[in-house]
Amino acid sequence: MTSTDVKGPESAGDPVANEVVGGAAGAAPVLAQEVISEEDRGRGKGPKLEDEGIAVKDGKPSAATRGERHRSFDVAEFSRPTSKNEEWRFTPLRVLSPLFEDLATEDREGDPAVDYQVSVPEGAPEVGTLAPGQSPRGEALVPEDITSAVASARTDQALHLRAPRNAELAEPFRLTAHGRDAERRSNAHIVLQTEESSTATFVLDHTGSTRMAENVEMVVGDNSQMTVISLQNWEDDALHIATHHSKVGRDARLKHIVVSLGGRAVRVNAIGEFSAPGGELEKLGLYFADEKQFLEHRIFVDHAAPNCTSNSAYKGALQGSGARSVWVGDVLIRREAEGTSTYELNRNLVLTEGARADSVPNLEIETGEIEGAGHAAATGRFDDEQLFYLRARGIPELEARRLVVRGFFAELIQQIDVPEIRQALSDSIEDELQRSMN
Amino acid sequence: MSVLEIHDLHATVETPEGTKEILKGVDLTIRSGETHAIMGPNGSGKSTLAYSIAGHPKYEITSGTVTLDGEDLLEMSVDERARAGLFLAMQYPVEVPGVTVSNFLRTAKTAVDGAAPALRTWVKDVRGAMDNLKMDQVFAERNVNEGFSGGEKKRHEILQMELLKPNIAILDETDSGLDVDALRIVSDGVNRAKESTDVGVMLITHYTRILNYIKPDFVHVFVNGQIAEQGGPELADRLEAEGYERYLAGAK
Repeated sequence: MTSTDVKGPESAGDPVANEVVGGAAGAAPVLAQEVISEEDRGRGKGPKLEDEGIAVKDGKPSAATRGERHRSFDVAEFSRPTSKNEEWRFTPLRVLSPLFEDLATEDREGDPAVDYQVSVPEGAPEVGTLAPGQSPRGEALVPEDITSAVASARTDQALHLRAPRNAELAEPFRLTAHGRDAERRSNAHIVLQTEESSTATFVLDHTGSTRMAENVEMVVGDNSQMTVISLQNWEDDALHIATHHSKVGRDARLKHIVVSLGGRAVRVNAIGEFSAPGGELEKLGLYFADEKQFLEHRIFVDHAAPNCTSNSAYKGALQGSGARSVWVGDVLIRREAEGTSTYELNRNLVLTEGARADSVPNLEIETGEIEGAGHAAATGRFDDEQLFYLRARGIPELEARRLVVRGFFAELIQQIDVPEIRQALSDSIEDELQRSMN
Repeated sequence: MSVLEIHDLHATVETPEGTKEILKGVDLTIRSGETHAIMGPNGSGKSTLAYSIAGHPKYEITSGTVTLDGEDLLEMSVDERARAGLFLAMQYPVEVPGVTVSNFLRTAKTAVDGAAPALRTWVKDVRGAMDNLKMDQVFAERNVNEGFSGGEKKRHEILQMELLKPNIAILDETDSGLDVDALRIVSDGVNRAKESTDVGVMLITHYTRILNYIKPDFVHVFVNGQIAEQGGPELADRLEAEGYERYLAGAK
């Protein structure tokens, strides 16, 4: 694989494939990357550091700071995105336009737009619901775009899954959202909560087809341990814009995993905030875009408290004409976040011609008193020479691709603690490969 | 007993200046147990010969035939050729990130044999072959060719040859860039394979040095896309003394 390591934004693959997002892509306003820190080098763990490009700010207020984006529950305060908006410039707005409409969920008598199945582990209370403003709903998530605002306003009763104080739940909560009609709109707001010193895993599985505007709100209580696995296993015609917003309490730990394999166009914006010292946040993502599929993942880690640690790693594979992925990783270390340690990584593997991956890491630092900060982004191409090498050893083409893709995703998949999901995921990746080989 | 037969092989490559003929009628027959040294100056088409036989998509065969035990190799895909018993040790082996040597070797062995190797003997075979090539066992867990030195890459190629046990092996400038120690280790590996499997070898080289370690039965001088002269090992001695000038003058 020819690998290029870059500072700042990177695009790889077919430049023509970019046209679907309109004229705005190409100019990449990024923060000046002035200082290369040595802090990260001695950590001795985590991914190998290829590159550091870090913007150190001197604490002067600036509109560019990711943390200052407007937030509100009022739909009227948001306008429809255009390709001139930095945060939407990669997104195919025409394809996703139904999700910028302020529409109710299209349930019909005895025929809901989405079927929800929830199973709750032993030791947890039954599923509850929360009206807007009813605590803890709204403690973590305040919408920052129109789709999220509509999803919130149009969900009267948010599902509330809760691990009680001190509970150690061995089995995961499972929530399956199965879309029943690709033409119908659905809105969802889900609140996941681990109370003080509890431990729980939440698996959200999205299947079938719909046009979903979704909010996932994670309230991670002090000293608790939450794992969230969100699977986007949609059919080929689903549209999905999701906002995941977590607030990590004192000494709490959140492992947040996003896996996007299905859907026509999927955008997941995953925001993680530290509200108190000692928190730890791990953000993992895996995606596989195939022909004419658009998958966008944005993360924002807001270090607003001292002595917190965050680690983000997203990996994506792309194959087929018009396969498109976007990864934008924003990390903000605020003035008060002394002792922060953070690292973010994105890797893409372009398997065929006509696919395109964009990768934009941004690191904003407002204090010098940190443990370490770094980022890396690289896109590699599985090229003809690699294929020839493997085939010259008797390995058929499909098997060769499988070998490379498996190897690429292996370390991420190993970090998913639910064995049957690990297995299902490996199987799904095989399917993706098989499908686009035929 | 295997036989690779190349008859009147012509091949072209696309260049910015247009289609260029590189192979201009090659005739060559290699049988099990035989070692044929193909020697020639840079740019004479030696590597093109190797890659054309292996099926690299960059080269187009415009006429001629290549058969292995009577089967038409040119009709086969790259991986089918390998499964038919052909092996190419490459001059510049490519990196394959994310795929460990151990996984790669097992996958290749399974593909070539049509069945997964018995685990116990396989692990022992790999370990033994690596020891013979003075390769540290940690190589097994490294990604294929990633961060390997030039010598390590060549040893890794010969390791594959020893484990996959081809009928006919083409070694494309396996000796280039090796120091004497590495050259000896690599040559020992080739000689071991010759002894244990009776493999037929096409040894492509620019330099005569490797012939001190691997004894050829036949030497072919390759110039301007054709075999200009052939003979026994004594021809190599003559090349050592005179170089390629004589042939190049004739080609002009």
